[in-house]
Amino acid sequence: MDSVVLARALFGTSMAFHIIFATLGVGVPLMIVFAEIMSGITKNPDYSVMAKRWTKAQAILLGVAIPSGTIVGVMLSLLWPGFMEIVGQVISVPFQIEIWAFFLEALFMSIYIYAADRLSRKLRIFSVIMVSLGSAASAVLITNVHAWMNTPTGFKYVDGVVSDVNALKAVFNPSFGVTAFHVVASAFMTGAFCIGSIAAYKLLKRGQPERERIYHRKCLQLALFVGFTCSLATALNGHLTAQMLHNYLPLKLAAAEGLFETTDHAPLEIFGSTNVEEQRVVGGIQIPWVLSFLAADRFDTVVKGLNDFPRELWPPLYVHTLFNLMVVIGTGLLALSFFALFITFIRKRPLPKWMLALLMVGGPLSLIGIETGWIFSCTGRQPWVISGVQLTADAATRSQDIGILFALFIGLYVMLMAITILVMRFYFRRRPIGPELTPLEGR
Amino acid sequence: MNQATIAVSILWAFIFAYAILGSVDFGAGFWALVYDRNKNTRAAQIANRYLSPSWEVTNVFLVLIAVALVGFFPKAAYWFGTVLIVPVSLVLILLTVRSSFMVYSYSTSRFSRILRWISGLTGVLIPGLLLSVLPISLGGFVEVTENAQPHLLFGKLLRSPTEYSHLAFGITSELFLATLFLSDYAHEADDLSTYRVYRKAAKWLGPLTLATAVLATYTMAPEAEWIVSRIGEQWPWFLASVVSFGIGYSALWWKRKAGIPGWPRFAVTFVIGQYFLASMGYGIAHLPYLLHPYVTIDEAITNPSTFRALLVSYSIGIAVLAPGFYMFWRLFLKDKKYIGKGPDAEPKA
Repeated sequence: MDSVVLARALFGTSMAFHIIFATLGVGVPLMIVFAEIMSGITKNPDYSVMAKRWTKAQAILLGVAIPSGTIVGVMLSLLWPGFMEIVGQVISVPFQIEIWAFFLEALFMSIYIYAADRLSRKLRIFSVIMVSLGSAASAVLITNVHAWMNTPTGFKYVDGVVSDVNALKAVFNPSFGVTAFHVVASAFMTGAFCIGSIAAYKLLKRGQPERERIYHRKCLQLALFVGFTCSLATALNGHLTAQMLHNYLPLKLAAAEGLFETTDHAPLEIFGSTNVEEQRVVGGIQIPWVLSFLAADRFDTVVKGLNDFPRELWPPLYVHTLFNLMVVIGTGLLALSFFALFITFIRKRPLPKWMLALLMVGGPLSLIGIETGWIFSCTGRQPWVISGVQLTADAATRSQDIGILFALFIGLYVMLMAITILVMRFYFRRRPIGPELTPLEGR
Repeated sequence: MNQATIAVSILWAFIFAYAILGSVDFGAGFWALVYDRNKNTRAAQIANRYLSPSWEVTNVFLVLIAVALVGFFPKAAYWFGTVLIVPVSLVLILLTVRSSFMVYSYSTSRFSRILRWISGLTGVLIPGLLLSVLPISLGGFVEVTENAQPHLLFGKLLRSPTEYSHLAFGITSELFLATLFLSDYAHEADDLSTYRVYRKAAKWLGPLTLATAVLATYTMAPEAEWIVSRIGEQWPWFLASVVSFGIGYSALWWKRKAGIPGWPRFAVTFVIGQYFLASMGYGIAHLPYLLHPYVTIDEAITNPSTFRALLVSYSIGIAVLAPGFYMFWRLFLKDKKYIGKGPDAEPKA
């Protein structure tokens, strides 16, 4: 493998690892905020138990989220020095503000965890809102740079020299709004579904005391509310994202859909694999006209095909599968949470076992959706690191030592993942939920 | 002052802040390990009291340095990124192991001891390794290949005495600063027996830091001779630094009306002053080079538009965060009840 491929592999693996913890770091604090608020409204002590236990889980996750975020933050300069040289001149401001958001999150996380018993109720809720705000703002700001890589604006780049920099124009690039919304809403959704997974698992287990089942049902309901709302927001925004792609990144849209020929009334392809020889998606389900409609709300919209672009600028065509996985998981979870809420609150029935089983895999599935979505967005931009401006190969380090570093970091991530799971298990096994709950009335 | 000077001053302020906070942080982790099994003292608990809420905030300062370098000096970020890929990656791995194992050790009693050992020992190395960026920046360890690619002579660095004297200076400074800080922290909580433990450690570490600092100056690589003579030109800073050390170190013996002698607040303040003055002198001597002889601040500075936008963002950020930092300080550094309470290092939540 050449050094560019290795640099991409190392950075991609690091991001894929960090994104799990980063996404939960945005999603779980929001759930804690809701638990604190519900606890204030209903005065039901179960909600403050939830807030405490989720906070503890979040504190363990932070032990990995913070150093792994430090790794990717610093690794950007190590692996992509050519890229960071342009970033520094054009779009360093969001990076900078991200640090302030990071500070906000770290300061108030410590205050919330270690000083909870010395704070008034209001200050405690204020602190956890600041944590949530800080983590969501970090996500928005880092996405800002990502959006700028997809739709770069606010500078000129001629013969390796950056000029005419307009920092504001760079920040407010065309894909910033939709992409940032997408990232934050999907992170909230993932936090909710992961918490829902644990509750569903506990409810599926036999022989649990009724008192604990009540607690887990409350967890699941809160998770379903947040999960449904945020997955709906993510889906609606996904439509806007498709229109952004149509307007600014038509090649990426064509690759996502495996569309070769430019056409109106373009069909939507679900699954299957893009085949260059046959110039079509093989083995997929075709829904006529829908892609045109998604792209600009009209069936006669002309959608550009891959053949309109030089072959050497095509992204790898497997992005079609990544894109599909993301969309199908998102839509599936939206439908699932809708039906679960419908059964619980309209029909007022307990959830059937099969539905709990589906909800149990909801958390891991939404994490897979996050991963495939990010990989789609970054791979779909190839061969560029900054669309139309800088090739990934020109940005990468020429260091010959990446192979060994790659092996070291992979080892580190595997070890951390294993230990994190073990620590979570030990911690919560030693502190079962039962004794923390107030006994049922009348006993 | 021109933009490059302002930018390098801000960057230097962040580096200095992290040098102090990081030293106290990693040093506290080490002392928590040393006194872990000692039932007669609460020294380990006091160290953990400080460490649990503060390590995340300290860690942000490290990222802040990387981001400020990219923002203010994009060209320098290119050079340092290319040259430092191997050593900084190793530091990142150590840092990750250190932080995550520390958090794990609070959360599980099962492997708590081994986790604490690993995190304490990896932590103690990090400041030393970070300090070895200094000899690299002075020249002699970077080679530019024929296709204009800079690259680090890692083997040469590992064989050179200057690397090890910087490492020694980093480790002794880290431990000295941490003991002084923790002695003051224990004193703040009226925990005099813990104060006594850290004061004792500070007494022998103080002279050791001076010795390693002198050693680091005398083992400079031949390519770095330029900085030695320039450091000589900056002698007033270094003289003031030694005086500040003298005052801070002697403050450990100043008499009090009651209790154990020593004014740890003065000691830690003047020793931080000592490092401040010395790094001012060192920094001025180092300028205009960021990476000798390839990168100067004037070549590496970003464009005026981005520079102004960064300054605005700094001002707003500091204004927004100031109340948060104040609250943090009140809750974890000033509250006797927090520092002194209970035997457990584990958070309540």
